[in-house]
Amino acid sequence: MRNYDKVIYEVSKKGRRAYRLPESDVEMKPVESLIPEAFLRKEEAPLPEVSEVDVIRHYTNLSNKNYGVDTGFYPLGSCTMKYNPKINEDVAAMPGLSQLHPYQPEKTIQGSLEIMYELQKALAEIGGMDETTLQPAAGAHGELTGILIIKAYHQLKGDFHRNKIITPDSSHGTNPATVATAGYELVEIPSNADGSVNLEALKEAIDENLAGLMLTNPSTLGLFETQIGEIAKLIHENGGLLYYDGANMNAIMGKSRPGDMGFDVMHYNLHKTFSTPHGGGGPGSGAVAVKQHLAKFLPKPVVVKTGEGYGFDYDRPESIGKIKGFYGNYGILLRAYTYIKTMGRDGLKYASETAVLNANYMMHQLKEDYKLPMNQVCKHEFVLDGLKMDELSGIRTLDVAKRLLDYGYHPPTVYFPLIVHEAIMIEPTETESRETLDEFIAAMKAIAREAKEDPELLKNAPYNTPVRRVNEVLAAKQLVLKYKDSL
Amino acid sequence: MKVMEGLLYSEDHEWVKVEGKVATIGISDFAQHQLGDIVFVELPEVADEIAKGEVFGVIESVKAASDSYLPVGGKVVEVNSALEDEPELINQDAYENWIVKIEMEDEGDLSGLMSPEAYEEFCSKEE
Amino acid sequence: MFRYIPNGDDDRKSMMDHLGIKDIDELFKDIPETLKFKGQLDLEASQSEPEVLKYFEEKAAANCSLTQLTSFLGAGVYDHYIPGIIKHMVGRGEFYTAYTPYQPEISQGTLQVIFEYQSMICDLTGMDVSNASMYDGPTAAAEALLMATTQKKMEKIILAGAISPEIRQVIETYMKYRDIEVVTLKEEKGLVDFKDLEAKLDQDVAAVLVQSPNFYGLIEDVERVSEMAHGRKALAIAYVDPISLGVLKSPGEAGVDIAVGDGQALGNGTNLGGPYLGFLATTNKLVRKMPGRIVGQTEDVDGKRAWVLTLQAREQHIRRYKATSNICSNQGLNALIASIYMTTLGREGLKEVAMMSLQKAHYAYDKLLATGRFKPAFEGAFFKEFVLLADMEPEVINQKLLENNILGGYDLSKACGVDKGIMFAVTEKRSKEEIDRLAELLEVM
Repeated sequence: MRNYDKVIYEVSKKGRRAYRLPESDVEMKPVESLIPEAFLRKEEAPLPEVSEVDVIRHYTNLSNKNYGVDTGFYPLGSCTMKYNPKINEDVAAMPGLSQLHPYQPEKTIQGSLEIMYELQKALAEIGGMDETTLQPAAGAHGELTGILIIKAYHQLKGDFHRNKIITPDSSHGTNPATVATAGYELVEIPSNADGSVNLEALKEAIDENLAGLMLTNPSTLGLFETQIGEIAKLIHENGGLLYYDGANMNAIMGKSRPGDMGFDVMHYNLHKTFSTPHGGGGPGSGAVAVKQHLAKFLPKPVVVKTGEGYGFDYDRPESIGKIKGFYGNYGILLRAYTYIKTMGRDGLKYASETAVLNANYMMHQLKEDYKLPMNQVCKHEFVLDGLKMDELSGIRTLDVAKRLLDYGYHPPTVYFPLIVHEAIMIEPTETESRETLDEFIAAMKAIAREAKEDPELLKNAPYNTPVRRVNEVLAAKQLVLKYKDSL
Repeated sequence: MKVMEGLLYSEDHEWVKVEGKVATIGISDFAQHQLGDIVFVELPEVADEIAKGEVFGVIESVKAASDSYLPVGGKVVEVNSALEDEPELINQDAYENWIVKIEMEDEGDLSGLMSPEAYEEFCSKEE
Repeated sequence: MFRYIPNGDDDRKSMMDHLGIKDIDELFKDIPETLKFKGQLDLEASQSEPEVLKYFEEKAAANCSLTQLTSFLGAGVYDHYIPGIIKHMVGRGEFYTAYTPYQPEISQGTLQVIFEYQSMICDLTGMDVSNASMYDGPTAAAEALLMATTQKKMEKIILAGAISPEIRQVIETYMKYRDIEVVTLKEEKGLVDFKDLEAKLDQDVAAVLVQSPNFYGLIEDVERVSEMAHGRKALAIAYVDPISLGVLKSPGEAGVDIAVGDGQALGNGTNLGGPYLGFLATTNKLVRKMPGRIVGQTEDVDGKRAWVLTLQAREQHIRRYKATSNICSNQGLNALIASIYMTTLGREGLKEVAMMSLQKAHYAYDKLLATGRFKPAFEGAFFKEFVLLADMEPEVINQKLLENNILGGYDLSKACGVDKGIMFAVTEKRSKEEIDRLAELLEVM
């Protein structure tokens, strides 16, 4: 089935079935006698009709056109594509932990509440914070939660005029987008060439309308922001709060804590740092931890310890409210806590150390063939600025990335951060062996050679993938967003 | 990069052609080149009143969406609806394929715009 | 020592030699001394697999799950049948360990799944376009309302009275900090009060959101809401139960502008509230205002059919502050589950599930009324969930049921102020025998 190319509708044949429901054991009344005809569907939903074998073959063949961490090395900078432990999946699938209705009485879910309570505590500890909410569904959702907490804090003090959030221009796109979603004005400040905060620009951006600053540390260039102490002082002295974007937390577990750096509120990406799978785009989890002075603004409910065990605390009058239905992506929380228990306090620290060692090891070797804008020790990831060769060759970072596909790798993040023109952002994570790193380095070097000897080879890559370079302009122009027979 | 004689240019890379009270507006060849393949143009409605410096449309390519700011304020009298189906016309000829025609409120708005020579120099610094 | 970290001490040493360093801490020398964490994290030590499993098994044993209980609890989360094949396909590492499909050449699996998901959501809702999923139903509703306020440039929205408290509370949080006014309609016998809608629907309203079946399980006249909204140039948004669309008029047929809902019932377990997925579908006219990822069909350089993320210029990674939403990660794996579910059940199966739930819910309704312990709360037509007024406190009823391994109804007296109101949900999974037993227990209570 190497060339399987069917859409499920093209497999469909009238009368085929992949399910079997029990026969009805109650009297089937005419539907019109139960529901007024005006409320009934006139046209059937034209879903496919297939057999169980068709379903299995279809999705198995589609999975074969994918590339996951289970397939191979995935050095996607900023995304922390570490191995997703299988025991996490087993725990999340335990019927006693998963087959629970969110409105069950609290006394029937004490085990789960205890896990959530323990996870809240563990995350607060790792970040140097005091309290945690597990409700946000993803990193960007955590950002929104955190920024709304900052807003609620200012509003409670009557400071409605504080309407500006500062972010550096090297930030993740979700930062400015979150500022907009929270109804704040954005002040974007230029970064220094090394990705660090430009203190002069920051000072200039601060005025009486300052609400807060959003920052990633290590920065999106993978470098530790050494001025963070001074930055925090500056923001706090001017009445603002500091938000920590936890996307790069894998660099510093057990080595440094956002809370100790002066941050007031932060989110974690449990699907990055704590090994839960990315699922082809989600679900993630964006737990948010805060210092004590912001705890009362956390979304409700928070899991608390009570006299009789554990329970949901809804009695939080200053809470920003609910940010998601129920209590968060609970299934993801189970996986993350499984990981924390498996790694333990030493394992988490060892993971960060190894992630940083792996990144420096790769950087050290790749700088021979690729431009390295910042030649200094990096954290868990580093950014190259394209090939070290005559720019007239016309070989761009995109070509290198596409050629890597032929070597069997998922390419690094490219063209981010925006301040590095031909950015190649590499994050190996701690779960890769030295041999894997060496093989990847060899592939990158081979591509650098190919770029000199046969540039066309790169420009037309990839060759060995299920499809080759795709026409994005056509996709955006014709806008075929659902299956139509006529195409 | 092509700069057309007889037009005025804004720092946001719009060109303006003045005929009496009516200003015809498009984006420059430099701008279309920066955007790459244009896949969509969002146009204003005829009779919309738009102030100078406000957004009158969005030009979208695969990798960017760029707001277009009105270099002169006034009332929209005509939009180039051919762009709805063929946005790529702007890539083909950015000066032939205008976007909106505006009945100017204040011709003084034109004073801040650049001559072709000044715009050419402006672009060379942007590159 | 740590099984997820292949490099051991020897590897570590040789790599450090390569870098010319003696101590791993030399790689952290850039962290200012005062900001280094020098203590030990207050967490447990690393545990072995059997120890970890034992811990979670103990916690599982401290729960009482739906494997032990017969559930008549719904209120937005339903115990529908989940085809066994789903877990086998979702468990493929090629799917669940993949990232967002930004590299189309090696992500055609995920991309095609999303394309088919979008197609099937459109089939079900009767809308033109769907995105690739939102976090859940409530956040999808909030984002749909934000879409409407952007499109209409108006700062006021109207919510029907009988919408789920989860949905309402999430919407309130999203709107409060944007200074968008939220107006709630009065209820008329558990349904939209159309006189009140007429009165409140002024020129400043961006959208009207109605849930159907609504929180009480009653079917709303979505078409009428839609017509009235359009009459005042507002958008109409329907929040729907996807299973109900096997029988009930689709949002597209009712003429709404945006359809949203929670896809939990499409093959996702109850999972104590998540992960589920939100779906959001709309008309061609509004496609560029949509939040989230969208997959489009195209071809590769050899002319082969292919799929790719499209309309990305709306999204945060490109448009930053001006993006239509800040959403990045969505609920991709749950959308895969929903796709496999819709594929497995298909055209006939979805109708069957809807029909069977409808019939069994009505059987249960008659049966419970016949016990003499309840009065109907409302008169309107319902789908798979209904509210009764008991002659005792719902809390007491539920406690007794729990003692008999039954997860009882949703207590409306507490959450919604419906005195002695209790809401039962009945899916196709409940047998006549289970329903009869529920009625017997209630009769003698």
